[in-house]
Amino acid sequence: MQEVTEKKEFTPTIVAFCCNWCSYAGADLAGSSRLTYPANVKIIRVPCSCRVNPSFVLKAFQQGADGVILCGCHPGDCHYVTGNYYTRRRMALLYSFLNYMGIEKDRTCIEWVSAAEGAKFAAVMNDFVKKVTDLGENKRLTDLRVKEGE
Amino acid sequence: MKDVELKMLERAKALLEGGEVARVIGWKKGDFCYDVSPASFETVEELDGFVYNWFCGANLSKYLIEMSKKEGKTAVFLKPCDTYSFNQLVKEHRIKRENVYVIAVECLGKLDAEKIKAKGISLITDVEVVDKDVKVTSAYGVETLYKPDVVLTKCETCQKTHQVKDEEIILHERPERDVDRFAEVAKLEAMTEEERFAFWRSQLSKCIRCNACRNVCPACSCVKCVFDNPASGIAAKANDSDFEESMFHIIRAFHVAGRCTDCGECSRVCPQNIPLHLLNRKFIKDIDNFYGEYQAGETAEGKTPLTSYTEGDIEAKDVFNGEAK
Ligand code: SF4
Ligand code: SF4
Repeated sequence: MQEVTEKKEFTPTIVAFCCNWCSYAGADLAGSSRLTYPANVKIIRVPCSCRVNPSFVLKAFQQGADGVILCGCHPGDCHYVTGNYYTRRRMALLYSFLNYMGIEKDRTCIEWVSAAEGAKFAAVMNDFVKKVTDLGENKRLTDLRVKEGE
Repeated sequence: MKDVELKMLERAKALLEGGEVARVIGWKKGDFCYDVSPASFETVEELDGFVYNWFCGANLSKYLIEMSKKEGKTAVFLKPCDTYSFNQLVKEHRIKRENVYVIAVECLGKLDAEKIKAKGISLITDVEVVDKDVKVTSAYGVETLYKPDVVLTKCETCQKTHQVKDEEIILHERPERDVDRFAEVAKLEAMTEEERFAFWRSQLSKCIRCNACRNVCPACSCVKCVFDNPASGIAAKANDSDFEESMFHIIRAFHVAGRCTDCGECSRVCPQNIPLHLLNRKFIKDIDNFYGEYQAGETAEGKTPLTSYTEGDIEAKDVFNGEAK
């Protein structure tokens, strides 16, 4: 945490959509295990990774996110049995498409994190924050009106 | 083309007179040979305005959402590309198949009046096509153009064949051809992120948010559209931020992913000439690559790529593997 916030001037805003049953619990475990991950990761809890509509991802960027990460149960372990299989297809296509439109590919990410993987959660977030920090500010999918209001 | 039109007219008359159908959906003459428009004909007299010529590019299948719910059967003329949209709409339970009588009609590629006008020809009065020669008669005389230069963009790469028909009117066989509809997409993929961003910014910044692309699209047929919701945050339709343009186009294209038949109507109607097909085709290409070849509208049954999955599907992060940074 110190590393990221002190050495670089730019601190990215990260939005992390986490499913209630696995990844959110994983984040909880990371916290209770006193593992550190940057405070600029804003977690949004969703019932299932499949709840994340592509417009949520775009909205996050609009509202000032520099990176968006989606976390859910490992494929096969979905609380709703198959939700994350659909997520996987949807996000593979969306991320590929965003990149086709020129949005840097490291600004989007999807990772499977179970409730038992607190350490993985922290590692994934640290890694993603680093990548987005290297990329710099999101300039290609922002809303000037939102920026001005800040 | 005249012979095909006569045959179509004959069938339309017979169907209406015999009471087999309550209406026929086809194309109606305008003031000029190129401003034809989709129309519903309910009586033999109305058929006076019927036309089928080189400018009948419009896809008639979307009208069936409404028409197939009316009393009596509806006959419709569908070109090869239109039949995919028809199937897709039947699959999505938007068209009542049993209420529609499909007449598959031949198409050798339709012409784009704008492209002809761009060649400096105005006041077009008639067009005749022989093989690859387009003989355009205008107030200023006769000029011959090369057909591939003036067909609709969607016809340039079309290899479609009729997927559904109750009867057919095909008098001339269309020659088979070998074209790569993904060539342009591949070109964009080969660019850097910066170049792609610049390309799409320059294209999408032209968008006037007229919503024509949405309204014409057979796959875009929700009764209530997210873009009409004033609280969507993207409905200002003003150019105070380019975000609205990006959001509109990403969501529009994503929403039809796996359902877009590549009918090309969106690009055809765009008054700003934005190559919307290059957005849709990216999804089609990716779906083909990731999940196996899939053509929406080939049948009216089965699941679409985004409503199905396999356990071994590609992971989002592997999508970029092997791609240059
Ligand atoms: S997105 Fe365009 S090409 Fe695809 S179905 Fe709609 S109008 Fe046709
Ligand atoms: S038809 Fe063209 S200008 Fe109109 S909303 Fe669609 S892309 Fe924009």
